[in-house]
Amino acid sequence: MSNIDLSVTIASLKLRNPIMLASGTVGYGNEIAEFIDLNKIGAIVTKSLSLKPRKGNAPQRITETPAGMLNAIGLANVGVEVFLKEKIPFLKKYDVPLICNIAASSVEEYVECTRMLNEEETIKAFEINVSCPNVKDGGLQFGNNLTAVGKVTEKVRAVTNKPLIIKLSPNVSYIHEFAQVVKDSGGDAVSAINTLVGTAFNIFTRRPKIQNVFAGLSGPAIKPIALAKVLEIHQKVDIPIIGIGGIMNWKDVVEFIIVGASAVQIGTLNFIDPTAPIKILKDLENYCKQMKINSVSELTGSYII
Amino acid sequence: MLIVNSPVKEIKEIQKDIFLQKIYSPVIAKQIKPGQFLNIRVSETVSPLLRRPFSICDVDGDYIFLMFNIFGEGTKILSHKHIDDTVDILGPLGNGFNLTNDFDTAIIVAGGLGSAPFPFLTRLLKDKFDIYSFVGGRSKNDVITYNLLNVQTATDDGSLGFNGNVVQLFEKNLPSFKSKKIKVFGCGPNAMLRALKEVCIAHNINCEVSTECAMACGFGICQGCPIEATEQSDKYLLVCKDGPVFNVKDVII
Repeated sequence: MSNIDLSVTIASLKLRNPIMLASGTVGYGNEIAEFIDLNKIGAIVTKSLSLKPRKGNAPQRITETPAGMLNAIGLANVGVEVFLKEKIPFLKKYDVPLICNIAASSVEEYVECTRMLNEEETIKAFEINVSCPNVKDGGLQFGNNLTAVGKVTEKVRAVTNKPLIIKLSPNVSYIHEFAQVVKDSGGDAVSAINTLVGTAFNIFTRRPKIQNVFAGLSGPAIKPIALAKVLEIHQKVDIPIIGIGGIMNWKDVVEFIIVGASAVQIGTLNFIDPTAPIKILKDLENYCKQMKINSVSELTGSYII
Repeated sequence: MLIVNSPVKEIKEIQKDIFLQKIYSPVIAKQIKPGQFLNIRVSETVSPLLRRPFSICDVDGDYIFLMFNIFGEGTKILSHKHIDDTVDILGPLGNGFNLTNDFDTAIIVAGGLGSAPFPFLTRLLKDKFDIYSFVGGRSKNDVITYNLLNVQTATDDGSLGFNGNVVQLFEKNLPSFKSKKIKVFGCGPNAMLRALKEVCIAHNINCEVSTECAMACGFGICQGCPIEATEQSDKYLLVCKDGPVFNVKDVII
């Protein structure tokens, strides 16, 4: 029996460990449950939900880039009603905090989705996606506008008492300004970062490799940027941060926590090795033992500059 | 669906630039249906980052065979594996071909590397069914007939067999099949599959095709490989999970 305390607290959300599975990389949990015991994970963040089902973008939706991948899935999802009716029963079988990620085209849609999901006791928190770069309506047009982020946070706050996390875009000059707005508008925490806007072209056909032309860049290529954004927020704003961006192993997790993250989300790595989150947990515990750290939360923001 | 680090036991160039790799992976091998695929991590480094999907070419006991050409960095690394080097394989993935009892004659129509899934199908069907294979390519070096039966070939440039595309060759030969219980199994470039679909629908022939699409995970979580269903739907089908094998009537290729 280990005596390392891996538990972390984000606002009123208590997690058994800091390893969360990122939205859009675990579907609604059923596929990845074939590979790992979800009960061992800190939390699952569902695929972005919108009020009505979304078919998503036409193919090609994915392409690989150096140490990264571009995706323009276009928030394909079953919609809130089907999620509640058909997806929640599976997730209820597990003792793992469920965080619903919500994406919308208008402030009203964010509010309505949250209101509908709020009654479901299995859902422990909300992560509001104001930063998806791959949809024509909503998405990034909210995420790079301080007023819009403040308004979405405030309006959603009004319909839920559950922890409210806003997932921030890195495609802005000063991400801490957005974190400050979230805090001032009643948000409990921020996730940083969503994907970076990128593109790729075929040099022989001169056509974009992704049908949507612009896409979200993820994977280890973006880790240094994500770390810098987490550090910037930590240095300027007193708000819990969930670190996301190119985590491939336990060392990356530790690095995110040291620069200010209370917890982290594993994303692209789930596609490559869906068993990795469990391996990372074990390695994280070993690191704490080796470094004589009793509680992983002691590490948050422990950088020395 | 398993992830197993499996040793490479043999690699040979079966024809110019086409490699056949034999992998020892007993647990995965015994679960495979023809038409399924593996998603392979060729390296532990972050470049290339994603797994690569490969048709399963054949299964013999504890061994899995892959057929590939060198297309990019991933296949280049795979082709350079030494005996007993391991590859990280995730599989078996996808649905595979439906081997129901409603046909007595199997017709394979393959273009280029589209031949890859058919040696295993041929192995399973050859004792009970009549099998005919139509195999095409742009030129004679692109025509892969490895372990297929009753083969007729077609090339776009006329360098081997019928001068034209493989679907034209198949259609030309259709009157020679006496059986009314024909099933066509197709794999190849999308343009070829579209043409095959048209011919099969026009002649009311049951046809399943193996499709391909760029994907990351291979088991449904990335949602990267959509294919449009013919019936109006509020969602795409996924090549990795709902396919890669589809009845041509069910999808828009």
